[in-house]
Amino acid sequence: MDPFLSRIGRGQVLLADGAIGSLLMARGLPRGAAPESINLSHPEVLEEIARLYLDAGAEIIQTNTFGASPLKLAAYGLDAETAAINENAVRAVRRAIGDRAYLSASCGPCGRMLKPYGDTDGEAVFASFRSQMKALVNAGVDMICIETMSDLGEARLAVEAVRSVAAAIPLMATMTFEATARGFFTIMGVTIEKACRELAAAGADLVGSNCGNGSRQMVAIAGEFRNFTALPLLIQANAGVPELRAGLVHYPETPEFMAGMVGELIAAGAAVIGGCCGTTPDHTRAMRRAVDDERRRRGDSPI
Amino acid sequence: MKILKQIAQCLETGDDAAVPPLVSQALAEGLVPKTILDEGLIAGMNTVGERFRIHEIFLPDVLMAARAMYAGMDILKPLLIRSGISSRGRVVIGSVQGDLHDIGKNLVGIMLKGAGFEVIDLGNDVGAEKFVAAAKDHGALAIGMSALLTTTMPVMKEVVDRLKAEKLSDRIKTIIGGAPVSKGYADEIGADAYGYDCAQAVAGVKKLAEAVG
Repeated sequence: MDPFLSRIGRGQVLLADGAIGSLLMARGLPRGAAPESINLSHPEVLEEIARLYLDAGAEIIQTNTFGASPLKLAAYGLDAETAAINENAVRAVRRAIGDRAYLSASCGPCGRMLKPYGDTDGEAVFASFRSQMKALVNAGVDMICIETMSDLGEARLAVEAVRSVAAAIPLMATMTFEATARGFFTIMGVTIEKACRELAAAGADLVGSNCGNGSRQMVAIAGEFRNFTALPLLIQANAGVPELRAGLVHYPETPEFMAGMVGELIAAGAAVIGGCCGTTPDHTRAMRRAVDDERRRRGDSPI
Repeated sequence: MKILKQIAQCLETGDDAAVPPLVSQALAEGLVPKTILDEGLIAGMNTVGERFRIHEIFLPDVLMAARAMYAGMDILKPLLIRSGISSRGRVVIGSVQGDLHDIGKNLVGIMLKGAGFEVIDLGNDVGAEKFVAAAKDHGALAIGMSALLTTTMPVMKEVVDRLKAEKLSDRIKTIIGGAPVSKGYADEIGADAYGYDCAQAVAGVKKLAEAVG
């Protein structure tokens, strides 16, 4: 495979996979357990999920390591297992995909608030991310995705932790925004303009947004990013905002709907498109066709 | 009173160091603790809550304001107790079993304290049994439950059902909230109230407090 960043640099649009957590729950992850505990007990499940998304046409497959920083794992008493949890996740995906897709390591918030408004020192957060990154990079990931961040200080520490371990590894960093009457902000008050500036300065190769919004809102978010950065964009929408119907969770955006939004997302500047909460391999399959149509239109080869 | 306005403003700027001397000064000027609480700290917290609701300020500002409010409360609380002024009642809050998200729940706790309630925060990952036992132990008028995951929401129904089964639903009311929770869900499971945001949650608890009497 061509290196990821050179393909993005040539203007190719790539498709990333969808949600993992819901698939884990459907396969017996108990309510209240750390999603990453599966990495120790049933790594074969991670392999199965990676294969589902690969077969659906994803070119970037993520690891089940969103909450696998030691600070976050400590909430479940699993921090001593940080290295094994991260390594197992990488190996399981690698067994499933070989080099037929890029292996992207997911890394979410540490679950603690930074001083002064929280109780945790920046040094502790950096050290926590750094130890997760060491395990991931040693296990052989192709790229890293810092995601679902609300606090720019924390996002920056995560990006810097990656760079302290691997200076050149492809690195994506996304935050979660809320639409307000005054524009988009994270719950911590970060604007897209500020996110662009600081994530790029910290060393991210791609920036963008995941979670919190459905596809249509993400088109507006991508457009706003494009106003403030020349970096390629990563956009991973939820399958809409969840509703409860007769006691069951329902995500309103169908695979067809999300596939129908792919063209607009690309036009708004997205270089990598994937799915967040509520998306399934069916969504990936439908989006695959839409991405291929777009690639043909731009004279690129489909997958 | 100028000093009460100053106290309220310290909450808005999150200046927790400035609050205790101002509260002491207000007491020295002869203001009663209840007035300082209502027109200083609570008034400031209300403004902060409203500005947060309309996205003029964000989570860090609310957390700093809360710290400033607590700094003032620490001085006033023993005085309020000594002068026999009781709280508006006790409320047990927590994120439901399986849910480790606590930002929303913490904000509601801050705002409830600001509104004069005593808050017993059970933390995250709280089961139905624990909610009900804590409410009984503390003589709480309401149980406030938060969920950010759709998968954890059924715990809310368990609490409502348990209160009914133990014939406690007249004395202990339920209010629920969180991103995936809706008024429709509250009605469906028979919860007494639903809070779309912090302000609505506090308004809801006030109403429930009146209903319980």
